[in-house]
Parts: sequence; C-alpha cells; structure tokens
Amino acid sequence: MTGGLLLQAVVSGLLLGGVYGLVASGLSLIFGVLRIINFAHGAVMMLAMYTTYWLFALAGVDPYLSVILTAPLFFALGVVIQKVVIEPNRSAAEHNQLLLTLGLALFFENLALVLWQGDFRTVRVAYSNASFMIGEALVEVPRLVASGGAVLMAVGLFAFLRLTDVGKALRALAEEPEGAALVGINVARIRAAAFGLGSACVAVAGALITPFFYVAPDVAESFNIMAFVVVVLGGMGNFMGALAGGFIVGLAESLGAAFLPGSLKQLVVFMIFVLVLLFRPQGLFGGSRDR
Amino acid sequence: MIARAAGALAVAALVALPPLLPKYHLEVLISVLFWAYLGIAWNLLGGYAGQFSFGHAAFFGIGAYTSTLLLLQVGLTPWVGMVLGGALAAAFGLFEGYLSFRYGLKGPYFSLVTLAFAEMLRVVGVNTKAVGSSLGLVVPSTRAAPEMFMFSGKLPYYYIILAMGALALALTWKIGRSRLGFSLAAVRENEDAAETAGVDALATKLRAMALSSFLTALGGTFYAQYFAYIDPTISFGPGVSIGALLPAIVGGAGTVLGPVLGSFVLTPLSELTRYVLRGRAGADIMLYGAILVLVISFLPQGIVGLVRERRARAGRR
Repeated sequence: MTGGLLLQAVVSGLLLGGVYGLVASGLSLIFGVLRIINFAHGAVMMLAMYTTYWLFALAGVDPYLSVILTAPLFFALGVVIQKVVIEPNRSAAEHNQLLLTLGLALFFENLALVLWQGDFRTVRVAYSNASFMIGEALVEVPRLVASGGAVLMAVGLFAFLRLTDVGKALRALAEEPEGAALVGINVARIRAAAFGLGSACVAVAGALITPFFYVAPDVAESFNIMAFVVVVLGGMGNFMGALAGGFIVGLAESLGAAFLPGSLKQLVVFMIFVLVLLFRPQGLFGGSRDR
Repeated sequence: MIARAAGALAVAALVALPPLLPKYHLEVLISVLFWAYLGIAWNLLGGYAGQFSFGHAAFFGIGAYTSTLLLLQVGLTPWVGMVLGGALAAAFGLFEGYLSFRYGLKGPYFSLVTLAFAEMLRVVGVNTKAVGSSLGLVVPSTRAAPEMFMFSGKLPYYYIILAMGALALALTWKIGRSRLGFSLAAVRENEDAAETAGVDALATKLRAMALSSFLTALGGTFYAQYFAYIDPTISFGPGVSIGALLPAIVGGAGTVLGPVLGSFVLTPLSELTRYVLRGRAGADIMLYGAILVLVISFLPQGIVGLVRERRARAGRR
C-alpha cells in the first residue's frame, strides 16, 4: 500500500461522502418526522436522475441547472406520496407503512424499466472528464462539484430547519409529535412537508451525480441501502449527523475498496452498520436514546 | 361448521387433484405452497413474536447452501443436509437474535439489523470462490434418486412441499395453544408487562427465532433441490426476505392460516400479471407493487383480519 493509493482512497471517499450525506439527510428527515423507514427513497433518486437525463437529452439543459426544476418537482412528488399513500395509513401498524414504501419502490423502479428499458444511459457534458491533481491523487471535477453541492444543499436544509417557522415545526414534530399537535401545528401538513423536503434532497443528489454516474432503473438501490447505514450512523432523525455519517461511510467504502478484494468493501460498511445499531442505536453523535 | 367442511374439502382437493393438473398449473401450485411455507416460517417470528424480520433470506440461504455444498462436496443426501442446514440456520438465528434482543433492538431497528445480516452473507457468498461466488452452484438433477432428494417430474416435489407446509402449520397451531404461544402473545403486546408477569421475554423471542430460522432453512434446501440452482442473490437477496413476509402480512400476521391465504392470493396474482404482461420487462412487478400498496391500504389487518371484522360486525347485529 503506497501513500498515493491511500491518499486517492481518502479523496475518493470524501467526494462520495458528500453525496451519501445529502441522500441520507433526506432519509433522516423523513424518518425523524414520520418514523417510517422509507424504502422508496432510492427510487425517488432514480426518477430524478432520469428527469435530469431527459432534460439534458431532449432540451440540452445542463444537469446542474436542471436542479432548479427537479427540486420543486420532487418536493411535489414527495408531498403527493405522503398525502395520498402514507397519511391515510397513519394509524396502521408501523411495518405496514414500511411495506407501502416498498410497494412504491417496486412500482417506480419497474415503471422506469417499462418506460426506458434497462439500458445504462449517461449524460456526457464538456466537464465530464475534467480533473486535477492534489499531490498524487486525482480529483475529478464533477465529483467535487457533486460533493460540494450536496454539502451546500444539506447546510441549506439545516439553516431552513433552524431559522424558519416550517423548519421549527418540523423539528418540533420530530421531537414531540403530540406536543407539536397540542401547540397548534398542523401536523399533517408538516408531515407532507417532511416527505417533500426529503424527496427534494435526494432528487438534488441524483441530479448532481448524473455527469459522472450512469442512469438505470436499479441505479439507486445501492444508494438506498447505503443511506440506511448513514442514517443509523448519524442517528435516526439527526440531520447534521447524517451529513457527517455520509463522509464516514464514503471513507469506509473507498478504503475498503483499496484494501479488500472484490466487493468485500460492502462487508466493512455493513459491519459498521450492525455494530452501531447494536451498541449506539442513537448514532455516533449522541442525541436522545429514543427507540 | 361450514368453515370446517370447506377446510376439509380444501385439504382433500390439495391431496387428490394435483396428479390431474397440467404441468404449468402444477408449477404454480408448487410456487403457492412454497411461498406459503416460507410465510408460515416467517410468521412464527414476525407475526407471533411481533419481531418484523426483513432478512429471512439469511436463514433460507444458509439452508440452501449447507445442503447443496454437503451434497456436492461429500455426497451427503440433502435429506440429512437439510436438517444440518436447519440447525446451522437456527444457530445463526440465535446469534442474531441474542445480539438484537439483548441490546433491545425493536421495530424498524430490528428490521434493519436482520436486513444487514442477510446482505453481509450475500456479499460473502459473492466473494467466496469455494461456494461458487456469484456464479452460484448447480445441483445435479439428471437422474431420479429419491434417497438423494431428486425426482423425475414435478409431482413428488409438490407432495414434499405440501407435507412441509402441513407440518409447519400444525406446529404453528400447536404453539398458539401452548405456554410458549401465550408468552409470545404477551411479549408481542406489551413486553414490560409480560416481564412483570414473569415471562422471560428474551428466551421467548429466541425460541421463536430458532424455530422460524430452522423452518426457513428447510425451505432453502427444498428450493435448491427443486430448481437445481442457487446463487448468492437468489439465496441471500432481499427477494426471499420480502417473499417470506408478504404472504403472512397480506393474509394476516400472527394467525395460523394467514400466510396460506396470503400466498393463495399473492402468488397466482403475480403469476397472472407475469403472464398477461409478458414481453414487457418490469410491467408485472410494477403492477405487483401497485397492488401491494392497495392491499396494505385497504386490508391493514390482512385477509384474516377482514374476515374477523366482518364476523364481529355480523355478531353485533
């Protein structure tokens, strides 16, 4: 193991981590407010990637610019999912809601397969291959933009949650659902906002990675599982923790890839996941031990 | 009385009719019973103990791989291999369950930990040459050798999975009326109260885990012998985990007949959508996803729950 290889692994991990962090922030927001594990999160990401692809292929819209469109569009989709599918089943058992999101994931993924077949599609833009060196490590510009953009978006989300009334209501609902309802917060509306915001986050993450990532119906499955890991690591419902967790998982994965053969890097990620679930279910960064 | 007569009729039909069925219908019926069997096994833990496993593929895969590797490497008959696979799966289940329950994992956290264990086994399987890596293992099936769990034609497999289902169902029924069954119900409904009343919650949940994982592993061996091929994604992937829990949830979790009813509805439905929408990759699963959402929305307590509700309403009138 040379120093160069190690440095490259660290750089790659950090570049991946920001995107994981944003995907997981969205998932964590949905979990924090709604208390459901959203299996459709990756499918929403995949739909956003196709939206980005088609905007580029048909109208020549730059993937980064298309975020202006995809973010509100997928906010709306999230609100609709929550209002139409999840909200009416609020009183049902916890696992029923998990299965609803699973049904949605199957539906979306295979809808994409029916509409656009399983081919890998790519968005080739002028800057797709742009890169520079830091010491011995190669930094690809699109990955840097994606990671940086994801971090910016996540920070924007935290600012929104801290500073606005809707954001405060979201946090109130995550911490004390009954109390939130008692002080006059329209809880159904806030729950819809949570699903909408979470979906907008993952949609932006999807758009940001299309300049260097293929688009296919099952592309986001791995992101979905990784996002669970990140959310648990950061603490369920701990949004800042999710961003930090994203970098930890990104690093673990790329270091695992550098040191271990085949796809055993995933094993490292899952082992961290299980250890955290067992010994620190509140996440690495403290918070209430609520389960 | 009517219910009992209908039940007797259904059992008679399941035993007597299959030899008369065309091949395709027999295959669908085997499929129905296979998923019903896995649902029954899942139900012991997911329904009766209320521990929502999202990773039963771990036990299924351990069963399939243990009996198949023993058959290929040392020529051991899968009839013995399946019991060894079951024991190994039960041991793994106890390990997984002890860790999870000991550290108080509940609800979605338990689901995620079971999913993670199954995924870890899948990754190990994909990366281990000695177990065939992602290429999988082919089970020799050219000759008929009943003592080696190999038959010509589908009919013997039908009666095997029917017998396995019947035994698992009888076990579930027996447990429901035993001390263990009452402990399970108590732990499921309110663990703290159960503990106060002297029920050892950890031991109760571990018993359900061991039984459930043992039975699931037997299903894995059946799959390997019937389809004569296994690979890490088939055996340890989320497909089996979801396939095991869906019949139970849709039929009615924590009820004896729930998984059977669920599979008799779901499996032909998925076969039908696959047949009607053939030639359009993904269309069948898309429809299946939509149906899943509708079923969960309109039958939150499963089919058995609906029947009970109807009956209760009729009783009040």
